Amino acid sequence: METGRKRTKINARGLNLYYGCNHALKDIDMDIRPHAVTALIGPSGCGKSTFLKSLNRMNDLVDCVRIEGSVTLDGEDIYDPKVDTTLLRKKIGMVFQQPNPFPMSIYDNIAYGPRLHGIKSKSRLDEIVETSLRGAAIFEEVRDRLKKSALGLSGGQQQRLCIARALAVGPEVLLMDEPTSALDPISTLKIEELMEELKKKYTVVVVTHNMQQAARVSDDTAFFLVGQVVEFDSTKNIFSRPRDKRTEDYITGRFG
Amino acid sequence: MTNAVAADSAIAAEPKRNSLTMGKRRLSDEILKLLIYLSVFFSVLLAAGILCCVISKGISSVSWEFLTTVTSTLKGTVGIAGNIVNTLYIIVLTLLIATPIGVGSAIYLNEYARPGRLVGLIEFTTETLSGIPSIIFGLFGMVFFGNTLGLGYSILTGTLTLTLMILPLITRNTQEALKTVPDSYRCGALGMGVTRWYMIRTILLPSAMPGIITGIILAIGRIVGESAALLFTAGSGYLLPKAGMGLISKIMESGGTLTIQLYLSMSKANYEAAFGIAAVLLIIVLGINLLTKYAAGKLDVNKNG
Repeated sequence: METGRKRTKINARGLNLYYGCNHALKDIDMDIRPHAVTALIGPSGCGKSTFLKSLNRMNDLVDCVRIEGSVTLDGEDIYDPKVDTTLLRKKIGMVFQQPNPFPMSIYDNIAYGPRLHGIKSKSRLDEIVETSLRGAAIFEEVRDRLKKSALGLSGGQQQRLCIARALAVGPEVLLMDEPTSALDPISTLKIEELMEELKKKYTVVVVTHNMQQAARVSDDTAFFLVGQVVEFDSTKNIFSRPRDKRTEDYITGRFG
Repeated sequence: MTNAVAADSAIAAEPKRNSLTMGKRRLSDEILKLLIYLSVFFSVLLAAGILCCVISKGISSVSWEFLTTVTSTLKGTVGIAGNIVNTLYIIVLTLLIATPIGVGSAIYLNEYARPGRLVGLIEFTTETLSGIPSIIFGLFGMVFFGNTLGLGYSILTGTLTLTLMILPLITRNTQEALKTVPDSYRCGALGMGVTRWYMIRTILLPSAMPGIITGIILAIGRIVGESAALLFTAGSGYLLPKAGMGLISKIMESGGTLTIQLYLSMSKANYEAAFGIAAVLLIIVLGINLLTKYAAGKLDVNKNG
């Protein structure tokens, strides 16, 4: 599947998605590079979140969704009927717009996934919890209250906890759906710095409404408009010399 | 700058028009408040009145003997120990059968079934079922469990009848509780690759626990208060179970709950005993409510801690 200019982690080819008779994604082709941050930008309702969710089949949970085309992870078709979505989502983790810690202790939140995957040993779990929390740059803030409820954390801390929780199952790709839109500027900054760190180990795909954020954190950017990818290129090119007039209009704030 | 000062002094010169404390209180607000206080007063008065009346009249007939013996002309005792045991038997057995089925079907309806006609039909049926007068359940239970299945007048027949009666209650309450669990929990869990059942077991059920407990309290209330559905199914036996295997074989024997005994005492114009039983019943119900409330508070995972 070495079709593109560089090595790719995820390939989408001719991806079409319909919600009932609403054609939400139209002929999407995209190569997502490993160990890079790919930003998906575009106005509301343009399909960027839908595309993100189709990368780990979270759209399966919605009724009357129909998908055509292919999405491959390391060359394997993820829409193959034989694919175990549980294993797929273990490899491709997700962080949502609203921080959604589970109503349990910080420790249990992180240990949640590993426990399902059969890790029982206390010391092994302790280790995973600590590395995951460190990986999400929140360990120092919560080390003294691991047994306290995660619901008592601030919004920004909750979001980093959710990132840590996603890291705990050992994913290869991290999908982030507007991870900072519910957060204050300082928490946003922390998450952005974190993305920079995360891409060393993981492949990150982030949906964002904030163009400065896309420009700051991403290596590649895709601009979506009414279900189509208008332009997909390195972030530098998109923001300095966009090829399409609509991209230019959007990033200069003329609409959207 | 001078303009601003001038504007300030203009405001100061006319305090009446601008002061926040000078506004008139709205009459309609006051009347509404009065009405609300009145209705609160009435409902509290009603509950307190009934409680006081029943307990003050009944407490005199409640004695150690009344609570620990069964009525016997030979020994000359009047007691309700048998009925207390029967009531506990029926509560526990009914909940043991109805809770897993009710919670299970609520989970299926809410988490597995695709919303559509069939689910709508099932929900409509459950609602109808909970509106059926209990005597009809009694009639059905007597004919089906009692005669067709040959269980006769027994605690088991009563239990099965009551199970049918409280199943909708538990199902509906569990469903409502599951609906209040935010979808973000579901997405979050499924998004990290956990299986649906693991998510339900570890996140949904604990989050929905207060609602499920409420359903169980209501169910206990209905069981304890039921007379019509039990009279012709569980019967009115008032003897204590025999020790040993008797504890198990009791299930196949007739056993009247406190409410049945209360009904029988009233129909014999034995008001002294009736008020005694009523007082005991009220205290048991209060106790169960407090206990479950406490348990629900302990189990509530949504509180910050």
